[in-house]
Amino acid sequence: MGWKFDFATGSSSGVYRVAGSTWAFAFRYYSPQRRCRLQSAVAARAESMAKPRTHQFDTLTLHAGAVPDPATGARATPIYQTTSFVFPDTDHAAALFNMERAGHIYSRISNPTCAVLEERIAALEDGVGAIATASGQAALHLAIVTLMGAGSHIVASRALYGGSHNLLAFTLPRFGITTTFVDPRNLDEWRSAIRPETRLLFGETLGNPGLDVLDIPRVAALAHDHRLPLLVDSTFTTPWLVRPFDHGADLVFHSATKFLSGHGVLIGGLLVDSGRFAWDAADARGKFATLTEPYPGFHEMVFVEESTTAAFLLRARREGIRDFGACMAPFTAFQLLQGIETLPLRMAKHVDNTRKIVAFLREHPLVGAIGYPELPEHPDHALAQKLLPRGSGAVFSFDLKGTREQGRRFIESLKLFSHLANVGDAKSLVIHPASTTHFRMSAEDLRKAGITEGTIRLSVGLEDPEDLKEDLSRALHAAGKA
Amino acid sequence: MRVRVGDYGVYAYTGSRLPDRTAPNIVFVHGSANDHSVFALQSRYFAYHGRNVYAVDLPGHGNSEGEPLRNVETLADWLIAFFNAAELKEVTLVGHSLGSLAVLEAAARHPERVSRLALLGTAVPMAVNDQLLAAAAANDHVAFELINGWSFSAKRLLGGNPWPGMWMTAQAMRLMERVRPNVLYADLVACREYTNGLRAAAGVWCSSLMLLGARDVMTPAKAARDLTATLRDVSVVTLDCGHSMMSEQPDAVLDALREFLR
Repeated sequence: MGWKFDFATGSSSGVYRVAGSTWAFAFRYYSPQRRCRLQSAVAARAESMAKPRTHQFDTLTLHAGAVPDPATGARATPIYQTTSFVFPDTDHAAALFNMERAGHIYSRISNPTCAVLEERIAALEDGVGAIATASGQAALHLAIVTLMGAGSHIVASRALYGGSHNLLAFTLPRFGITTTFVDPRNLDEWRSAIRPETRLLFGETLGNPGLDVLDIPRVAALAHDHRLPLLVDSTFTTPWLVRPFDHGADLVFHSATKFLSGHGVLIGGLLVDSGRFAWDAADARGKFATLTEPYPGFHEMVFVEESTTAAFLLRARREGIRDFGACMAPFTAFQLLQGIETLPLRMAKHVDNTRKIVAFLREHPLVGAIGYPELPEHPDHALAQKLLPRGSGAVFSFDLKGTREQGRRFIESLKLFSHLANVGDAKSLVIHPASTTHFRMSAEDLRKAGITEGTIRLSVGLEDPEDLKEDLSRALHAAGKA
Repeated sequence: MRVRVGDYGVYAYTGSRLPDRTAPNIVFVHGSANDHSVFALQSRYFAYHGRNVYAVDLPGHGNSEGEPLRNVETLADWLIAFFNAAELKEVTLVGHSLGSLAVLEAAARHPERVSRLALLGTAVPMAVNDQLLAAAAANDHVAFELINGWSFSAKRLLGGNPWPGMWMTAQAMRLMERVRPNVLYADLVACREYTNGLRAAAGVWCSSLMLLGARDVMTPAKAARDLTATLRDVSVVTLDCGHSMMSEQPDAVLDALREFLR
C-alpha cells in the first residue's frame, strides 16, 4: 500500500485499499518544456515514418545477409571453411540440436558463408529463406523429396533441361514418384494431368532450349485451384529478369552454376521458398503430410506448427539436407556471392549483347528459325513482354539451315564461342543440343521439345558484341562452304 | 494443442509435448497480426526444459477461430478464460507488443493466476502512427510494409539472421499477409486505445521483466520509462535490436527469460 514519485521521470503511482477494494493509480507530470520536446519528437518521428524503409534490388545484391565479420571486421564475407562449430556448453549444444536456439552445428546442415548466400538469394527473390545445395539438380531433388514420397505424382512442363527431364522421367519412377509431361503453353494439358496423388506442378521460366515462356500467373492459379504448389526453375532468368514469386509461384530453384555465379567456375544450386503456400489449409489436409504430420525423425516435430511461413524449408534442412547430404561447400558460396554482387550489371550486358546477336543472325541466309521471345514471331512474345520486361535472357537457339556436317563445321569454326555444356558464363558458349545435352531423348521427345538436328544453342557472354558477330559470321561462312 | 474458449477453438503451440501437471506453465502471447510462431525458438526451449509451454494464437489469428478482440481489457479476460480452458492454475506470462499489454492487464486483474510477468517490446501508452492506422483501416498492404520497415533495426533490414538461411523481413511480411482483413486494424486500435497501462502496472504484484530494444522505433525504449517506474519489482534488459527482438536476437531474448525465470 502507498504511493511513490519518481523525480527522474516525473511519474507517480500507488495502490490503496479502501473498503475492501484495491485501488491503483498512476499519473505523470509533464512540464511545458518537456511537453514541447515530446511533441517535436513525435512530429519528427511521424515525418521519418512517412514511407516504408526498404532496400532496392541492386543494394540487396551487395549487402543482403552480410554484415562485416564481427570477429575481424572483414568487409567481404569470410569463407568459414570448417566442418563444425564449438558449443559453449552442453545445454547450448542440446538446444541447437533440438532447434531451440539459432546457430550452426555442422556444415552439412548449415554454414555461415552459405547462410549469407541463402539470405541473399531469398532477399532477391522475396522469399522467406533458401537452402544452398551442391547443384541445381540437388535443389530440384530436395524440393521434390521434401514434399512427397512413393506414390506421388508431378505435372511438369515438357520443355525442361535434359537433366531435369532425366530425373523426372527415368530416375524418380524407380522410387515411386511419377511425372506427366505437358505442353507448357497448353493450360488444359496441365489441368487434365492433375490427379488426386499430384503434389507439385513444375516448369522453367524460360524452357530449354526453345525458350517457351512459362505463364507463371496462369499455371500458378491452376495449381492453387487444386491446392498444389508451383515450383519454377528460374536459372535462365535470375531474379533480375523475373521474380516468379511476384507472379504466384511458390518455390523457386536455380542452377546457381549459371548466371548467378556468372563465371563458369562452380557447381551449385539454390532452393527458395516464398513462404506463401498454406500447406495445412483445410482443403489441402493430408496432401503434405511431410509438413503437417508429426515427424519421428525429429522429435515428432510438426513443421507447420514450428513455423507458419517456413515449414517447407525447415523440413528440407532438417531432413533433406541432413539425410541426402547434397550441401554446398563454403568456398562455392563465397564465389557465388562475388558473382551475385555484379548480377544487375552483368544481366543488363548479357541481354544487350543477345539482342545484337539475334538481330545479326536474323539477317543471315543460313539461319532459319530463331527461338527468342523478344522476336514478334515467337509464340510467347506477348507473354514475354509482360513477364520479362527487362529482357528474355541471354540463352537462345536457332536452326542452322543445311546438313549435319554443316552444323559440325559451324561449331568447330567458332573461336570466341566455346563449345561446351554450360550456359550463363561471362564468356560466350555454344552447343548442339541433339548430340549433347538432350542426346538421351527420343526423336519424338526431341520434336516435342522443339529441337531439331540443326538446332544450335548460344549463351551470349559479355564480350564486345562486334567481336561476337564477327566470330559468328566467320563460322557461318565456313558452314556455307562445307 | 486445441481447446475451446467460449464458442471458439483456440490453438496453442506446446512444443509437440503433452503437459506435465507438476511442471510450471508459461503462456506466450504474440503481438499485432502475428501468431505463436514468433516465439518459435524461445517457446521450444522452455518446452524441453521443464515447463509446460502454451504459445497461443489469439482469437482471429493463426489457427485460432473467432474475431480479433477489440481491446486490451477483453484480451486480458480472454487469457484468463484460456487458462481455465487449459486447466492452468498459475502461469508465467510472456507478451510481445500488443501481447505485452494483454499480459500486463491480465496480471493486474488476476494477480492470483500470474506468478511472473515478462513484457517484451512494450510501451505505455503504445502510440500507433496515424498513417499506419489509416493504411490498416483500408486493409492496404502499405500497413504491413510500414510495420516491417519499423520493426527491424536498420542493420537487420539487410539481414544477418542468426537463424541460418532465413530472410527475416520476408518471414515477418508473410506472417502478416496471412491475417484476415481488419485483423491488423483491430489489433492496432486495441494498442492505441489502451489507457490503463500505468494503473495496471501499479496493480501488478509479481516480479516483472521488461525486455526492450535499443533500436526499437515501434515501441521506443524511452516510451517504457513510466512503466519501469511504476512496476513494483521489475528488472529491465535492453538489447541491441529493434521491435522484432525474438527474430533479431533470439538467443539474447531466451537468455534474458532464462535468467528471469531461474
